[in-house]
Amino acid sequence: MSLKGKTQDFKILRGEGDEAALEEFSIELDEGMVVLDCVHRIQHEQQPDLAVRWNCKAGKCGSCSAEINGRPRLMCMTRMSDVVAETPEGQAIEIRPMKAFPHVKDLVTDVSWNYEMAQKIKPIKGPEEMNWEFNQMEADRVQQFRECIECFLCVNTCHVLRDHALFNEFAGPRNLVRLAQYEMHPMDTEDRIPEIKKDFGIEYCNITRCCTEVCPAGIQITDDAIIQLKERVVDRYYDPLQRIWRTLTRQKVRY
Amino acid sequence: MMTEEYTKHEYDVIVIGAGGAGLRAAIEAARSGAKTAIITKSLLGKAHTVMAEGGCAAALQNADPRDGWKVHFHDTMKGSKWLADWRMAEFHAKEAPDRVRELEQWGAVFDRTPENRINQRNFGGHTFPRLAHVGDATGLELIRTLQERGIHEGIDIFMEYTVRHLLKEGERVTGCVAYTRVDGDFHAFSGKSVILATGGITRCWSVCSGSWEYTGDGHALALWAGAELRDMEFVQFHPTGMVWPPSVRGILVTEGVRGEGGRLTNSEGERFMFNYVPEMFAGDHADTIEESDQWVEEVVSGKLATVRRPPELLTRDVVAKAINSEVKAGRGSPHGGVFLDISYRGEEAILKKLPSMHHQFKELAGVDIAKEPMEVGPTAHYVMGGVRVNAETQESNVPGLYACGEVASGLHGANRLGGNSLSDLITFGKRAGEFASKRAKDLAQPNIDNAQVQSAIEVMIAPLQREEGENPGRIYDEMRDMMQEKVGIIRTKAEMQEAIEDLKAFDERQEACFPGASRKYNSGWHQALDLKNMVDVSVAATLAALTREESRGGHTRDDFPGELEEWGKILNIIYMEDGEIKVRQEPLEEMRSDLKDAIGEVKAMIAERASEQAGGGQ
Repeated sequence: MSLKGKTQDFKILRGEGDEAALEEFSIELDEGMVVLDCVHRIQHEQQPDLAVRWNCKAGKCGSCSAEINGRPRLMCMTRMSDVVAETPEGQAIEIRPMKAFPHVKDLVTDVSWNYEMAQKIKPIKGPEEMNWEFNQMEADRVQQFRECIECFLCVNTCHVLRDHALFNEFAGPRNLVRLAQYEMHPMDTEDRIPEIKKDFGIEYCNITRCCTEVCPAGIQITDDAIIQLKERVVDRYYDPLQRIWRTLTRQKVRY
Repeated sequence: MMTEEYTKHEYDVIVIGAGGAGLRAAIEAARSGAKTAIITKSLLGKAHTVMAEGGCAAALQNADPRDGWKVHFHDTMKGSKWLADWRMAEFHAKEAPDRVRELEQWGAVFDRTPENRINQRNFGGHTFPRLAHVGDATGLELIRTLQERGIHEGIDIFMEYTVRHLLKEGERVTGCVAYTRVDGDFHAFSGKSVILATGGITRCWSVCSGSWEYTGDGHALALWAGAELRDMEFVQFHPTGMVWPPSVRGILVTEGVRGEGGRLTNSEGERFMFNYVPEMFAGDHADTIEESDQWVEEVVSGKLATVRRPPELLTRDVVAKAINSEVKAGRGSPHGGVFLDISYRGEEAILKKLPSMHHQFKELAGVDIAKEPMEVGPTAHYVMGGVRVNAETQESNVPGLYACGEVASGLHGANRLGGNSLSDLITFGKRAGEFASKRAKDLAQPNIDNAQVQSAIEVMIAPLQREEGENPGRIYDEMRDMMQEKVGIIRTKAEMQEAIEDLKAFDERQEACFPGASRKYNSGWHQALDLKNMVDVSVAATLAALTREESRGGHTRDDFPGELEEWGKILNIIYMEDGEIKVRQEPLEEMRSDLKDAIGEVKAMIAERASEQAGGGQ
């Protein structure tokens, strides 16, 4: 179905603070547009000061996260044909900023918490000598986590943060994925399990898988990162045999 | 005059830009003891580097032991149509391997060889498999690695700050002035050294693979501050961008598709690249489909190639022009491109080696590349030209002003080889950081000149103070369409002269535009300020292109179709004098004799291989 020439209504959150409210816009569509194209068209034809954050428009940088018809998505990877199809005839398509983060203006939020949390994670610690040796199977486990584009849609969706605002207690899915990437790196020797339990609060996650569902990079956040880390925490703190072994050998438990 | 308030900052080294080059420069500066700041107009980790796909070229000798710095040096020089700065090409070929290994120690997880080392893939113009890669998302890996290293080096990072002016004291640069995107506040930075790492200019063309940031900020800042640019006529049109649907036109389709065996065909099903092998490369590419297929079969199964590579892997300038000619001759695909087919490699291989291409086509075009061919066509991808720098230190002709990465120039001459950009970022990012920090050691903290800051602020707030005017977005769209039409992949004198006149009109229009009065995250205001950069770098590129009356690499003149020997020894230098952008010519410096010998050695090796392989392939 071609959308060329169709007039489409939008409701976009405009303004800042208490005065932010949905504002209506109407534009003519072209074939093959994504939601971000429509926002740009509104800027270029109607309101240049409409605030939106975007960079690559190719699903690689993770800047244009928003809630489209209530669903957290990247505006650059959401095709209008899909959104029009899901919106009841005659209704406007609604675009709001991510809800879990402090609102700045229009579609822009303050995502600096994610960067502050990342700063607390220790960098990789491996051999000093260059030319590390590990195989593709070992690389595969970690490479998935490194596909994260930091759109923070997972954080926005996680009810521990979105509904309960435990920003001081819980690292959130994105940074747990980062921790998994180091923890499962074949050359990393840093012991991260105590922090993952205490400082990064992995036990707050109760595996509802909302983060995995919204991940535009298709990372199995819950199954491959969070559950794996939870198991390591359990092994360390709650498995008596592992605990004795660790005390005796004074070693990080490797898998 | 009303005076505006601003916040002052003091640093040894200021890095403008947080892509691969900026991050690598800042890490080096901070590690050598300099108090370092990064100023970036986006959030950290979002820079255009994330869009690099295919890989990072370095003669690691993991995938083919016959490789080495001399071969990489030769390939880079040849790919540049011999216009590259041979000193930079030498540093690059020698130092890139250690820069890549260093990334691995900082957490980058490259794809592996069966011997558990960093794997390397084939790319156009590289004699041996040379590109360290992570599927087809190598840029993301590179920027994330540098970001994760950089935040632990004590660097102060100013996110969503846009630099609009460089401060000067006499001849030297002493800092910069920026506005914040979120609040529209102003900040003045005193810096003993300033490194430009702002990336490229390809947003000046409507069909481009660049992110919104590619508005030539660093190129313009440098010009305004008295620095010289070179090679601005050389803009790389990557042969394979998406062509359909219209809203995604220009988005990159990695050369990795062809490195993995992708076949280019026209509407008649013909593998047309066999008809476009230039004399310079005759003899070292396959003559027949059978030889091509055998090469792909050998390479994907991890063997050393015994026959010659497919002509799809010719350098980017050659392939882009070939596609352009096919479309012009009426043999294009339904949406004005040609077909690129990798589906014969099977879904499993495609999902492993080209996952983001698979995702991109499926999501944005509804095409499954594991089952059907892609439609592709040229897209403005990279500017070889930029700030003219000292090869060793990356300092420009303005003391204290450095440049590295795409905003700098010299390494790529008339045409850049794929994979040489990521290696450029880390090699020369490190050098810029090192030498900028060295310079800072001997200097006192410069004073911030209030008068300069106030006049910079005046320029920045001007669009907000108008009461009415055109939407900057409209000027932006029309200017990009104009550059696409008149200074695109094929150029003529008449069209470029028109472009110069058009740019004057756009300049007047941008000075009268009105983005609304709000300072708070006003996207239109940011765009209004970018327009001036875009006008000036477009003028620089067009003037240089008008001057070079020949066709070479990324610069193709319909009215001067061939390469001319005399232009092969001449550089265009672009500079600003009394507010006007000008161009002059300088002779190319002759290559050092030991490097000439190295080139001779490699040429002999390649000729010998080609004759053996041509025999073996029959």
